[in-house]
Amino acid sequence: MSLQATIYLVVGLTFALYIGIAFWARAGSTKEFYVAGGGVHPIANGMATGADWMSAASFISMAGMIGYMGYGGALFLMGWTGGYVLLAMLLAPYLRKFGKFTVPDFFKARFYSDTATIVAVICLLVASTTYIIGQMTGVGVAFSRFLGVSNNVGVVVGMAIVFVYAVFGGMKGITYTQVAQYWVLIVAYTIPAIFISFQLTGNPIPQLGLGSIFSGSDMHMLEKLDHIVNDLGFGEYTTALPGNKLNMFMATASLMIGTAGLPHVIIRFFTVPKVKDARSSAGWALVFIAILYTTAPAVAAMARLNLHSTINTAVQSGGDVFAEEASIQYDNRPEWFKRWEVTGLLKFEDKNADGRIQYYNDKSKDPEFLAKTGKAGWQGNELSVNNDIIVLANPEIARLPNWVIALVAAGGLAAALSTAAGLLLAISSAISHDLLKNMFMKDLTEKGELMAGRIAMAAAIVGSGYLGMNPPDFAAGTVALAFGLAASSLFPALMMGIFSKTMNKQGAIAGMLAGLFATMFYVFAHTGIFYIKGTEFYQFFGGKDFFFGISPNGFGAVGAVINFAVAFAVKNMTAPVPSHIAEMVENVRIPRGAGEATGGH
Amino acid sequence: MEKSHELYWKKVLGLIRNVLIVWFLCSYGAGIMFASALDKIKLGGYPLGFWFAQQGSIYIFVALIFIYAKLMGKIDEEFDVEEK
Repeated sequence: MSLQATIYLVVGLTFALYIGIAFWARAGSTKEFYVAGGGVHPIANGMATGADWMSAASFISMAGMIGYMGYGGALFLMGWTGGYVLLAMLLAPYLRKFGKFTVPDFFKARFYSDTATIVAVICLLVASTTYIIGQMTGVGVAFSRFLGVSNNVGVVVGMAIVFVYAVFGGMKGITYTQVAQYWVLIVAYTIPAIFISFQLTGNPIPQLGLGSIFSGSDMHMLEKLDHIVNDLGFGEYTTALPGNKLNMFMATASLMIGTAGLPHVIIRFFTVPKVKDARSSAGWALVFIAILYTTAPAVAAMARLNLHSTINTAVQSGGDVFAEEASIQYDNRPEWFKRWEVTGLLKFEDKNADGRIQYYNDKSKDPEFLAKTGKAGWQGNELSVNNDIIVLANPEIARLPNWVIALVAAGGLAAALSTAAGLLLAISSAISHDLLKNMFMKDLTEKGELMAGRIAMAAAIVGSGYLGMNPPDFAAGTVALAFGLAASSLFPALMMGIFSKTMNKQGAIAGMLAGLFATMFYVFAHTGIFYIKGTEFYQFFGGKDFFFGISPNGFGAVGAVINFAVAFAVKNMTAPVPSHIAEMVENVRIPRGAGEATGGH
Repeated sequence: MEKSHELYWKKVLGLIRNVLIVWFLCSYGAGIMFASALDKIKLGGYPLGFWFAQQGSIYIFVALIFIYAKLMGKIDEEFDVEEK
């Protein structure tokens, strides 16, 4: 069977599976629509959380970013997993005990104020919407690269699939499709990794392969890689830092705190039967996430090594990388190289017109290295490599069979669709439950609210599909904003709501707004006000990363500190919290009497 | 009741503090702040600091959550506040 036909078959089968599950898991009540009826087994919920969490970025882009960054890429690995420890201990069990449908529900009750709720809803909508654009573009990319259809057709097909299970099934449909999607994505991610690890090191377990001897040499994999990237003028793989140590520290912290504060993750823990289950379910979620996250660094390093040794034959043999015949001839480039050139993920430009490909770091400042490249007649790096190719083309680079390539296509789609569905639920429940039912249309019946939820879901799908087809050019930079908002406004407010009995509404609102504005100010200083080009204003503060060299991605943690500080200062200046709220907090802190999640008041 | 509730919360906060100390030491400590020093030690083919940053801290996070869940269950029972 041809590669194209195999891909159609495998992707078609997974889609049929998701639709089958959708028919089986239709939602009949708001409780099923918002929290899947509240009876999801903690391990199943962990799996669904894993799929919900691991997005197109985790599946397609992360290994490429780590491969490019080396050691510093660990900020994604630790940042996107360490947050689950915070979530498991500080938020999930208590919010589960609180027993409502949505995250803003908690703000409404704990901070007894519509203003606090609206601030929470706005943060939720901004964070979720920016996040979902990336998923929808990811769906389009996966379709167009693997199935040979246009981006827009890809997004429409993706929207139709999500529509079927999210609109009819709500959280119930989403949960059980996510469980299936988890299996698809994890199998698709690990199989190529196992093959490649076995090829390069003789050890089939990627996590161990990365620490093993590189086949055909007496060097360890990482040692070999350090040598090669050094030879080619890149920073040493195992020590390369993103900026400075402080920046790496803060970026890790921001991703961790943001992870714990993202509403679409938190609401997954409202679906388990007990408080006890919310704690263990977070552990299971991290087990399922860790399988991919500990494989990714191996994929990253091995793919980088593979790529270098394909382009420069001296890498494999340990010869002189500057020798003329070491760089491969463009005309002799492998098949996969041609396939991916078409997509623009690989670009070759013969700067010194020798018909060979030189791939090295031409931005190196090492005079000794530059002298060598000059002597070899290299006139600049000739290959630009998009990070995404590391995962997408890896099976082809390693010459794996067609069904593995098809599986990677299905896995990328599963990752994007499962995350999109989780975000859509967070968005639609904020609209139908928090804004309509709890604020503007209080006499909405159960049936009416369910209908409103479905309409909001359908509208959110269409809206995000539109944004996916016409991604605003700022889309790539918005991840910083999504995590920044979750870290600087939602997480601190939720935490203070549980761990401080005396935090009042004035403190919480002031804190959230302070964290929010500080983070937006810092991000916009670098990206332009509301991402409008030309309105960047970092130069007035002494240049990029002006706050101690911290990048905008790392500012969320600073925003969180500002939030806490402002909240406690304002609390001490304003009226104390009403006594019934303090009693409620006491009650939230103990598991007994949790019952199942309800939307009632 | 009031007294035992206070004691319960104190124990819970103590547990959270201990878990967070380990959480911080293995990720921010071993994985970032002391990574270069630890890199001199090798774990198989891994420099130790690099291993903590890209592998070890994730395994430890998983273990920490399950240990926390188990110990919380014990505290809940001790103070008779677990779910029936």
